Amino acid sequence: MAKVRLATVWLSGCSGCHMSFLDQDEKLLELAGEIELVYSPIADVKNFPENVDITLVEGAVGNEEQLELLKRIRKNTKILVALGDCAVNGNVTALRNSLNNSVEEVLKKAYVENATLKQNTPTHVPRLLKKALALNEAVKVDFYVPGCPPSANLINYVLNELLEGRTPALEGRFKYG
Amino acid sequence: MKPDELRNLAQKEDELRKSYRYRINVCCSSGCMPFGALKVLSAFKDAVKESGVEEECYVARTGCIGTCSIAPAVLVEPGDYLYQNVTPEKAKEIVKEHIVNNRPVKSMLYGNEAYFKKQLRIVLRNAGKIDPLRIEDYIAVGGYYALLKALTRMTPEGVIEEVALSGLKGRGGAGFLTGLKWRYVARATGSPKYVIANLDEGDPGVFANRTLAEADPHAIIEGMTIAAYAVGASKGYIYVRSEYPLAVETLKKAIEAAKSMGLLGEKIFETAFSFDIELRLGAGAFVAGEETAILASIEGRRAMPRPRPPYPAQSGLWGKPTLINNVETLANIPVILLKGSEWFSSIGTKNCTGTKCFSLTGKVNNPGLIEVPMGITLREVVFEIGGGVPPGRRFKAVQVGGPSGGFLPEQLLDLPIDYESLTKAGAIMGSGGIVVLDDTSCMVDTAKFFTEFCVDESCGKCTPCRAGLYKLYKILDGFTQGEGDIQDLDKVEDLCEFIKEASLCGLGQTAPNPTLTTLKYFRDEYVSHIVEKKCPAGKCFKDGGGAGS
Amino acid sequence: MSKTVELTIDGKKVAAKEGDNILKVARENNIYIPALCYLEGVSSLGGCRVCVVEIRGSPKVFASCVTPVAEGMEVITDSERLRRYRKWAIELLLAERPHVCSVCVANGNCELQQLATELGVDHLRVDRKWTNYELDLTHERFAYDPNRCILCTRCIRVCDEVEGVHAIDLMLRGKNSKVIFDLDDKWGFAESCTSCGKCSAVCPVGALYVKGKPLSEVKKKELVSFVMSRRSEKTIG
Ligand SMILES: Cc1cc2nc3c(=O)[nH]c(=O)nc-3n(C[C@H](O)[C@H](O)[C@H](O)COP(=O)(O)O)c2cc1C
Ligand code: SF4
Ligand code: SF4
Ligand code: SF4
Ligand code: SF4
Ligand code: FES
Repeated sequence: MAKVRLATVWLSGCSGCHMSFLDQDEKLLELAGEIELVYSPIADVKNFPENVDITLVEGAVGNEEQLELLKRIRKNTKILVALGDCAVNGNVTALRNSLNNSVEEVLKKAYVENATLKQNTPTHVPRLLKKALALNEAVKVDFYVPGCPPSANLINYVLNELLEGRTPALEGRFKYG
Repeated sequence: MKPDELRNLAQKEDELRKSYRYRINVCCSSGCMPFGALKVLSAFKDAVKESGVEEECYVARTGCIGTCSIAPAVLVEPGDYLYQNVTPEKAKEIVKEHIVNNRPVKSMLYGNEAYFKKQLRIVLRNAGKIDPLRIEDYIAVGGYYALLKALTRMTPEGVIEEVALSGLKGRGGAGFLTGLKWRYVARATGSPKYVIANLDEGDPGVFANRTLAEADPHAIIEGMTIAAYAVGASKGYIYVRSEYPLAVETLKKAIEAAKSMGLLGEKIFETAFSFDIELRLGAGAFVAGEETAILASIEGRRAMPRPRPPYPAQSGLWGKPTLINNVETLANIPVILLKGSEWFSSIGTKNCTGTKCFSLTGKVNNPGLIEVPMGITLREVVFEIGGGVPPGRRFKAVQVGGPSGGFLPEQLLDLPIDYESLTKAGAIMGSGGIVVLDDTSCMVDTAKFFTEFCVDESCGKCTPCRAGLYKLYKILDGFTQGEGDIQDLDKVEDLCEFIKEASLCGLGQTAPNPTLTTLKYFRDEYVSHIVEKKCPAGKCFKDGGGAGS
Repeated sequence: MSKTVELTIDGKKVAAKEGDNILKVARENNIYIPALCYLEGVSSLGGCRVCVVEIRGSPKVFASCVTPVAEGMEVITDSERLRRYRKWAIELLLAERPHVCSVCVANGNCELQQLATELGVDHLRVDRKWTNYELDLTHERFAYDPNRCILCTRCIRVCDEVEGVHAIDLMLRGKNSKVIFDLDDKWGFAESCTSCGKCSAVCPVGALYVKGKPLSEVKKKELVSFVMSRRSEKTIG
């Protein structure tokens, strides 16, 4: 039987969700028999591939580059899973949305007011979106795994359910924050 | 006042009225005032004097006749000749031709006979025909006779029975049987009991209650006093919005006049019954018209609705049994007592008797205040009374019931106007607003507009209305800017169901109606916004158009 | 003096005091109905609508915390529809103001967060509103973050009905409603406040809290029952 093609993606998040993913420890080995990791920050693949079965996305959508990538992910993925609070609802990444929604204000706060060296805003990086978006504010999302980070057990549960072709039942299993 | 005094006064006034061959009624209500009605009034008085017909022609300052689109309006009796857009110059000519030469000035008459033909004026029986500031005018046309009859010849239970038999339902929106409500209050234990007349009328574009108060305040006072007698109340409040200064002023003077004649106060008509009325001004929030919010407001608290039960009938003002009725409901009462429940219930339909006042506005040729028998069809109202949509335009929809009323399409125009049919179609009777839309209106944009109104008017107490309506508004706003996808329509329907079913008061429970009905009857417009990013009416996507991110 | 009535809740026969609300009666009989703005011991608001139930014979749903029991009533506390409505209520509250649990003092001790878990509100179908209310840190012992407030009015009711002070109320209406102290004074300058701490003890979320103490250290549930058991006392430590 062909292995399930799995991708994991790291957008605007702290990588904590990926840490939690790795925390599945020995259960990862069990998964490894069934999946092929086709794209991930922990695998060296340049472009997001086609025909992906399941993609776990960590992080909110913070800039234009990420938005492009997410749209490509959506196009190439059967099941898109929002992994962790940032992906699910913006979380810490989206705290900046409270600052009058002005990108300039955000950059000034981060790179000028609170910086000690080199007080100027960066120019050679992708443009920030006006608002940091939860994944479902940009594309259709199939499943959600909240948590900051979601526990390794929860991630494992959801993956196993999906591999079995079942719908994960999240009631009572997750916790925001 | 003694019973005989009322009769004598009525007779005297009637004779006085008959001693004039003509009566010129100049509307001086909120609709006509801004167009110079007072100048027209004095022009008539001067002209009558100058022409020397003072003995034959009486010039009266009256309330609204209902045709606000032709302000200032003037009604000449006998014959009910209605002159439109009268100016001081035209006044002179009318006096010269119509009064002196007995030749009505055809060119100045309101030519629209259909406007009145289909109407039946019970609540507005005196509107535009009596001087609201002269209690004698009201008495001359039979005013306070019903009160006299109730107090001297009927028991409180007998009054309730008569009202119950008439089939009258509350005109404030919910359509609750008035007789039944009175019975609840009458049977409730607790003293004192209160009567509240609801004149909050917070719906934008609705002015029937205001007109009634400005044109015939004593009809409200008399109805209220009868209600008080029936339920055993000793104190009444008229809750009127402060944005209605003329109505407030008129009611104030009318209450004073009734008091000075002994028609209000201690031992009315020398019976054991005493009743007093005070005005209470509301601070102009739509939700303040909801009955439990009124209770809070009169008690001096924030005008926020509270859950029922307990109903005001059991525990109202300061925990005492309280009857709350709309002023239009109350204005029906004197007529019902005088003409009888059988007569009343012969008007309208079997389940929905009597008449209803509507404020007819929007894209319609003859806007104004109308009163029609229940059961009349929307088509008759829009196309016959209203004269249809302006030339060159196509009818699209009619909204019935104020800001949270549903929109009905052409194919439902033959729907009879009654509480059940309207509710079933997704509209409501509400406080009687009818807004006509033509093909220049975008239904998505219109749903958004009324949702926004309800967002602003939500009191904030319960989650569905406070938080849900705002999100609904955001989604609709997104549609008008090219956002969203077709699956969002299911989400919208689901959210609407939650708001409708789970909100605490009528505001939240009805606020999704504009969205739900436009989705039901004009779904193609949503689809074209969402899928084709096109607004059929050319209203949306104004700035740049196209999809956002 | 008060009569006893009999009703069924989810088919179970229970006896109740006439006039009591369904939610209270259900709890007394160990039947669980999710609820949020309800607080036993003070008046009911009926605002959050999480506690909705069905009553056989009626097509409507009823907020159980404000619906009195009646003889022969058949209450249904769980159905597909009720679950759908409760989810909406929680979802809308989460979306109404920025709830970022990971950086919230109430994380792990929040009734809203708990209900989201329980009812499976694992994402939001509506846009979130990123309000930017100023944090009020002027009181020496307590703090108020309007960005977390869900307008349940528990604080208002407990301050008014238990502490007897009414230092808290609502300002503005609808989506702009805001909990304020005295006449929209900063808490530290609200003269009528006796600093009793009851409001922060009953706040179900991270909007009112004791400074310098993560809520995980404040055993919230116990504190609430403590406050309620000492209704007559004027101040607590
Ligand atoms: C949001 C809201 C606004 C209302 N506004 C009015 C109003 O302006 N006038 C009115 O008579 N009833 C209004 N009502 C209805 C009243 O609550 C109440 O049903 C009515 O006054 C009862 O009188 P009735 O039985 O004569 O209709 C409103 C209800 C709601 C929910
Ligand atoms: S439905 Fe709206 S207006 Fe009525 S109580 Fe709820 S929030 Fe207030
Ligand atoms: S108040 Fe509760 S739901 Fe809101 S952020 Fe804090 S923990 Fe999360
Ligand atoms: S600390 Fe006590 S007195 Fe002060 S606001 Fe809170 S409940 Fe009221
Ligand atoms: S501050 Fe807390 S207790 Fe008070 S209304 Fe807001 S959420 Fe409720
Ligand atoms: S707990 Fe009943 S409405 Fe909030």
